[in-house]
Amino acid sequence: MSKIEYTSLEGKSPAYFGFLGALAFVILLALGAVFYMEHEGHHVTGMNNQIVWGMPHVFAIFLIVAASGALNVASIASVFRKKLYEPMARLSALLAIALLTGGLVVLLLDLGRPDRLIVAMTYYNFKSIFAWNIILYTGFFGFVGAYLWTMMDHNVYKYKPYAGFAAFVWRLILTTGTGSIFGFLVARSAYDAALMAPMFIVMSFSFGLAIFLLVLMATYKWNNMELGDVVLNRLRNLLGVFVAGVLYFTAVYHLTNLYATQHHGVEKFLLLEGGVFTNIFWIGEILLGGIIPLILIYAPGVKNCRTTLGLICTLIIFGGFAKIYTILIAGQAYPLEIFPGYEVSSSFYDGVVNSYTPSLPEIMLGLGGIAMTLFIVAFALKVLRFLPVSLADSVADPHHAK
Amino acid sequence: MKKTENKTINNSRRDFLSKAAVAGTITIAPGVLLHSTSAHAIDGDATDLNTSVSTRPLDQEVSSKNRWGMLIDTTKCATGCTDCVDACNEENGLIGHNRPETDAQYIRKVTLKSKSTGHELSLPLMCQHCETAPCADVCPTGASFVRADGIALVDKHICIGCRYCMMACPYKARSFVHEDVKNQKLSAPRGKGTVEACTMCVTRVDNGGIPACVEACTAENHNAMIFGDLKDPNSPISIELKKHGGKQLRSDLALNTGVRYQGMNE
Amino acid sequence: MTRFLRQTAVMVYALVGFSLLSASTLVGTAHAGTPFPDIHEPTDKSVKCIQPEDVMRREHMNYILHERDETMREGIRGEPESLANCINCHVEPDENGEIAGIETDQHFCSACHEYTAVQIDCFQCHADRPQKYIKRNSHTSSLRQQLQQTLAASNAADKGVKQ
Ligand code: SF4
Ligand code: SF4
Repeated sequence: MSKIEYTSLEGKSPAYFGFLGALAFVILLALGAVFYMEHEGHHVTGMNNQIVWGMPHVFAIFLIVAASGALNVASIASVFRKKLYEPMARLSALLAIALLTGGLVVLLLDLGRPDRLIVAMTYYNFKSIFAWNIILYTGFFGFVGAYLWTMMDHNVYKYKPYAGFAAFVWRLILTTGTGSIFGFLVARSAYDAALMAPMFIVMSFSFGLAIFLLVLMATYKWNNMELGDVVLNRLRNLLGVFVAGVLYFTAVYHLTNLYATQHHGVEKFLLLEGGVFTNIFWIGEILLGGIIPLILIYAPGVKNCRTTLGLICTLIIFGGFAKIYTILIAGQAYPLEIFPGYEVSSSFYDGVVNSYTPSLPEIMLGLGGIAMTLFIVAFALKVLRFLPVSLADSVADPHHAK
Repeated sequence: MKKTENKTINNSRRDFLSKAAVAGTITIAPGVLLHSTSAHAIDGDATDLNTSVSTRPLDQEVSSKNRWGMLIDTTKCATGCTDCVDACNEENGLIGHNRPETDAQYIRKVTLKSKSTGHELSLPLMCQHCETAPCADVCPTGASFVRADGIALVDKHICIGCRYCMMACPYKARSFVHEDVKNQKLSAPRGKGTVEACTMCVTRVDNGGIPACVEACTAENHNAMIFGDLKDPNSPISIELKKHGGKQLRSDLALNTGVRYQGMNE
Repeated sequence: MTRFLRQTAVMVYALVGFSLLSASTLVGTAHAGTPFPDIHEPTDKSVKCIQPEDVMRREHMNYILHERDETMREGIRGEPESLANCINCHVEPDENGEIAGIETDQHFCSACHEYTAVQIDCFQCHADRPQKYIKRNSHTSSLRQQLQQTLAASNAADKGVKQ
């Protein structure tokens, strides 16, 4: 078994700097948006006392969930000892760290008092799942960072299996934690489900792998490096399993809700009468983000087509946003049931379905988080050697008979 | 006119009682006082049910010997009346910006209509001052907390504005301050980027008073709200609860709320 | 060798530039004397501060912080070390009856805090002037109007249903 050779990007081409420049520009715009929101107060956003978490949280949760999933490839290599995935483990860990950073920055900058970051880190309420999440995120950086180090430094290489295993366990806890943020909101009908945590884990697998594939293909294509079909087809099959998994959990989630009578109202809202939310659910989440990618993944005609694979990943990411949007926003739009058995009206939007129109600054902030992620990846690829020189079929799988 | 007289009498009675209580700490023994830190009329004047107030000396900590609560009789609450809401806005310096979706409301009037009988009623809804408060459970910094005497508060000094408590509150009792605030009231500090809610007029309560909403409701002779100590079996609120009972909203969540409602039979 | 020279040159430039800049500020303010914040002295001299001036300068934030947590969490009130008490004595209207708000450098607190470049976090929530000087819009706030409109609307809707 030959040793894998790694390389860094040369990163001197105008295209590379143009890419970084464009990302920096988006990040700047996002910072401008943050300044505007914090200076004026949140009334300039679409969020209000009814929809208290909006677009920034959709982006942040998506990125954080995907971060854990992006570690998949590394985990399969180190924990399940699959040689094929080994060369891509470094990139996988890097992407995980970058995604988490992007997500956290968005979450932080949307706070009412982002200037109190130090308070958030010094006052802990250990009953709060949110406070636990702060610890989980910090730990994730630590574990994945250590894992990367064992992969890249020969002196500590022997610890790699342990570091890899620790990172694997930690990311599962982390996603459970993220899912539990909703699970603890007992009063909101849409979130009252034990299934939230496992569903988030499967979602992370699927979103994270889709992003990983896109980044992998783009990097190798733009830098004229070899990337063979063997690797891609493996990952593609894996992706198929994950997408099906998400669909399965979504179905079970809604079916169990339909079984419990007190949740009929919210299910009817989500699945049938929720207007824009119902559309986003069926068209965005289920059709575009689930069924079509699934068909494309297993369609024989487009098996080795990279464009199709790119499209599949994009659809999955889009569907992922739709899914988090329906969970988060539709869950808040559905009125709280404070007075069962009564028709309710008040000056504070009791008993009505709340509407939400995302504002530009919010979306800008979210996009800034994505730009931040990509910037970190692009920059890190230049400074350190994350990329295998070649992922051609002969390298990836020497036994693969051609 | 009669009303004002009543108020003065009551106030002086409260003053007297609380002074007596303070004197008690000095002259008799502190222990005596600690066993009953709430005073109320023994010889009732029947119209004033808000005689159970704090007599805690202000240099002593609040304790779990008291639990402040409110009882709302929905049969007396008039549809269309907003006296309690107005009093609250005035007390806390809440000024609307003509943006109903983001303007703060500590207390709101809710109109209900039973789906089965068509029976209509109207009631004020505010923070229910839960004993096991979901807001306090989820708050990452501990800014949301429940005081030993049962009043749920936001410590705005350490609130980071994450709004998780708003997501968790089953009664939608909280508002986020969406804009700069100036000229705040002395006893009601509030500012951009933090979360706020009904404080049960904690400064008034500590000073031996009653919440502004209850005061307004009583002053206008609706008498739909009673304030008092739920842990004192002789307080008017406890007596009334014992006699006629009182419903906790979303009692299925077992939050043991400090605000109770009467007259909500579908 | 050339690199060494180039780096030295850069450093020399930086030094010269910095000295010029500081010299110019010195010259510019020299005739005004040492700059010093304009701190308002309470007019009522009969009331003494709770501690000597030098102690207050060093310790005021600790006093306030301590009082803050006791009041917030334990309901202990009426201690002398409170922000409200500071404001009561130290913030007063000028000859024209105007109060300089916290956003100006005339306010008792901001005068020093701007001078020392220490950010104050108190007045995002707390009033920056004594209660008696707070001008309030009369309370026919828009909130009340909204409320009544909504109630009227919902009543009307109910009547509509019944007919
Ligand atoms: S009603 Fe809401 S805000 Fe008030 S204590 Fe309960 S959970 Fe907290
Ligand atoms: S918004 Fe403030 S009070 Fe509410 S959970 Fe967050 S930190 Fe706690």
